[in-house]
Amino acid sequence: MEQGPRNRAAIGDLERRLLLIVQEGIPLVTEPYREIAERLGTTEEQVLAALISLLERRAIKRLAAVPNHYALGVTHNGMSVWNVPDEIAGEIGRRLGQRDEITHCYRRPRAPGWPYNVFAMVHGTSREEVMAKIEAISGEAGLGGYEHDVLFSTRLLKKQGMRVRAQSKAARNAQD
Amino acid sequence: MRTKSDTVTLDRTDKLLINRLQKGFPVSPRPYLEIGEALGIGEQGVIERLRRLLDEGALTRLGAILNAPQLGGERTLAAVAAPAERLEAVIAAINRHPQVSHNYERTHRYNLWFVISSEDAGDIERVIHEIEAETGLPVINLPTLEEYRVEFYYELPVD
Repeated sequence: MEQGPRNRAAIGDLERRLLLIVQEGIPLVTEPYREIAERLGTTEEQVLAALISLLERRAIKRLAAVPNHYALGVTHNGMSVWNVPDEIAGEIGRRLGQRDEITHCYRRPRAPGWPYNVFAMVHGTSREEVMAKIEAISGEAGLGGYEHDVLFSTRLLKKQGMRVRAQSKAARNAQD
Repeated sequence: MRTKSDTVTLDRTDKLLINRLQKGFPVSPRPYLEIGEALGIGEQGVIERLRRLLDEGALTRLGAILNAPQLGGERTLAAVAAPAERLEAVIAAINRHPQVSHNYERTHRYNLWFVISSEDAGDIERVIHEIEAETGLPVINLPTLEEYRVEFYYELPVD
């Protein structure tokens, strides 16, 4: 699993209550952090300091707007996958990761009925555009000879981002 | 949340605003004022536009994007091969888990691809077992072994 045991950001009670608010959304008012502070019974300064700390500790990746690519006309995304020998997968992945046409690129394990270990996500406004990008990338990265597939998304079924729970696991266990 | 593929019409300022806010939202007392001054539309102008962009579904959210591994948890990509005749029931069995953050239908025998994120290590295995038990379908679990690129920014072309 993808874990960062060295930099685990244990979050405090106030931080958890703050995350519960900001994971849903920043209030659309002139002083949003003051409003959050009032809901939490603390000060705006404390809220700002806590957010900066959570961002520094990478518990929050970003405070930002999340666009709905479909609504913005970027309606096609192809998950392009290859089965390459494990010994060279890292080198190929790093090469693919340089390409601006690729938004996400990972090495993952194979599974029954799933022979592919290198994944690259490519977006576009049509299937043809996405395929043309993938063919260009594949040719230049020398991937032409490897088993390959492109999985286009046909429906977005859920997109909500990760959420923390109202209580920590320790607190939930204590109630059992 | 909008899951349809209806395209929203955006003007030039909407695009500049979305591009700007994808990169980050100010952590300061008057964030909308800061952005409004940069774009020349004023504080209320930003607030009104954002309300509309969220209502219309051009933005799914303006808020914090959390980092499961840094919160002590885990994240994985998983997939199932759902038979066409019970596709919707399988989708419902997957989506009802709050730990499932993203789910896409894709063109493959493995036709449902979903991300499971949790702040609690061990949750992923539990959610996978529950989905397998409820659907009777094997779930393939494909956690990241190496990450080569993660780009969140999609620049909207502005004339």
